[in-house]
Amino acid sequence: MTRPFVFEKPLGMRDTLPVLYDLKTSIREKIQRVTEGWGYRFMNTPTLEYYETVGEASAILDQQLFKLLDQRGNTLVLRPDMTAPIARVAASSLKNEPFPLRLAYDSNVFRAQEDEGGKPAEFEQIGVELIGDRTTSADAEVIALMAAVLEKAGLEDFQIAIGHVGFIQELFLSIVGNEERAAVLRRYLYEKNYVGYRQHVREMPLSTIDQKRLMALLTLRGDGSKLEEAIELLPNEAGERVLDELRTLLHTLKAYGVADQVKFDFTLVSHMSYYTGVVFEGYANNLGVPLSNGGRYDELLERFDRPAQATGFGIRLDHLAEALGVTDNERLPNAIIFSPERREEAIQQASERRADGEKVVVQELSGITNLDAYSERFDDVTYLIGKNGKGM
Amino acid sequence: MLTMAMPKGRIFEEAVELLRNAGYQLPPEFDDSRKLIIDIEEENLRFILAKPMDVPTYVEHGVADVGIAGKDVMLEEERNVYEVLDLKISGCYLAVAGLSDGPIKGVAPKIATKYPNVASNYFRQQGEQVEIIKLNGSIELAPLIGLADRIVDIVSTGRTLTENGLMETAFIEPITSRFIVNPVSYRTKDAIIDDMVERLSAVVEGESADENR
Repeated sequence: MTRPFVFEKPLGMRDTLPVLYDLKTSIREKIQRVTEGWGYRFMNTPTLEYYETVGEASAILDQQLFKLLDQRGNTLVLRPDMTAPIARVAASSLKNEPFPLRLAYDSNVFRAQEDEGGKPAEFEQIGVELIGDRTTSADAEVIALMAAVLEKAGLEDFQIAIGHVGFIQELFLSIVGNEERAAVLRRYLYEKNYVGYRQHVREMPLSTIDQKRLMALLTLRGDGSKLEEAIELLPNEAGERVLDELRTLLHTLKAYGVADQVKFDFTLVSHMSYYTGVVFEGYANNLGVPLSNGGRYDELLERFDRPAQATGFGIRLDHLAEALGVTDNERLPNAIIFSPERREEAIQQASERRADGEKVVVQELSGITNLDAYSERFDDVTYLIGKNGKGM
Repeated sequence: MLTMAMPKGRIFEEAVELLRNAGYQLPPEFDDSRKLIIDIEEENLRFILAKPMDVPTYVEHGVADVGIAGKDVMLEEERNVYEVLDLKISGCYLAVAGLSDGPIKGVAPKIATKYPNVASNYFRQQGEQVEIIKLNGSIELAPLIGLADRIVDIVSTGRTLTENGLMETAFIEPITSRFIVNPVSYRTKDAIIDDMVERLSAVVEGESADENR
């Protein structure tokens, strides 16, 4: 590549300017307050992890990982998600803590983007992990918490779609028989290619009934009544188990008062391959991409030698900020502009006003190049200029 | 309101006919309007008229909820959208063509195409090393004046190829237009989109049933 311009940043990296920073801070504070209110403890993990451990467990495509070498030649990755690092912590530093663990994080994650340079390759994610709890109450809790968080952040209109990876897997295995063929079908769903899925189903040597079952999966989207349709597609023990789980989930979400925002969508499959059960995504009506996603991952902790069932969600702060919109009521600080003879008075006054919680800039007049343009950057300006307090 | 991205040009007329057959009341002046945004209030629909190659982009970003795009464009652009329905209109196919179908000489034959992504994927699968040259139109010209050894392009009747003395050397895959949906709209506007899919698929299935008779 050619030498970068002096002001250029690496592909996908962004500056956060004060206006957006303020917005993000206010969202972040609201989310943290709600999350802590539900008893989750915030924690941090390192930005760099080993490729062989967290990198491979993370289920982010290899070509999306930022990789580098340490001095000893080990391959490192910039963490591409937070679920795998927290699973590592739960299985190591926190291994003596009794389950269930309720942990939360607010961290930047890194994913290299291939198409169109403008997409962010570093973004802030806020989320929770509820580790060591296999109950449906745990699934309901994280979904309800996600709804509470989005609502408290100020989002008025949002929806949550709930699917079940286990249901899809059981349905595919019961019809096509082996994992290899199930993986082909799953791939069509993951690629959102329903035309290809239908074509593939038609070409498979299956009975008409089985073909119909596979086709009908694509229409299993809607309210709680879809659960009863789902059982017709998978009328066996595994199907009953999943449907019981989802009925309990819906019931519990009603108790939390969030059932209205929730829809079932059995076609929902996530790019995160570690999910094993309930999966969900959050959407704002005015945003073209999902805001948040999550689900149950019962096999991830095994990779770190402390087998445990777990569930959690993550919210993309940049998407949430976009959905909320950068508001105009930017709170500017106030200023005291002084001339040298009244310097002490200016400093004294500023420190008193700051003690009352006011944001005050102290600026000497001769340091300003354009007074009109500069004073517009403040809500209110006090001039302490000239000897006898006469002002200007 | 539902926003639909429509491809200008070749597919447009067939797409409009399909929508009319599905019971959407589109006024007659719709067909030769030069406006880029057309609101049909009675149907609660807004149409945006885009270059065919850009339709999946509008839909991926959510400024259009749904759209009609050729499979060729879907393969080339690889956008994150739902490909919900095969509309079975504007049928054609992607193919490789050249001056003759003999073996190509040279270390890395040159391939001219409007679809660099599709072409490089295809030749990678074939295990052939090639050099891709991206052109924006009149692809048939490339082998005639020695810019490329082969071209990758969509073929509908094959007339353009024959008239320029070119012959098809390999078939890549069949192409039709698809109904595509933004992943968020698919969930947040599910009722209106499902209704549209149902009406369109009734027309599509009905027509293909007629053909089979």
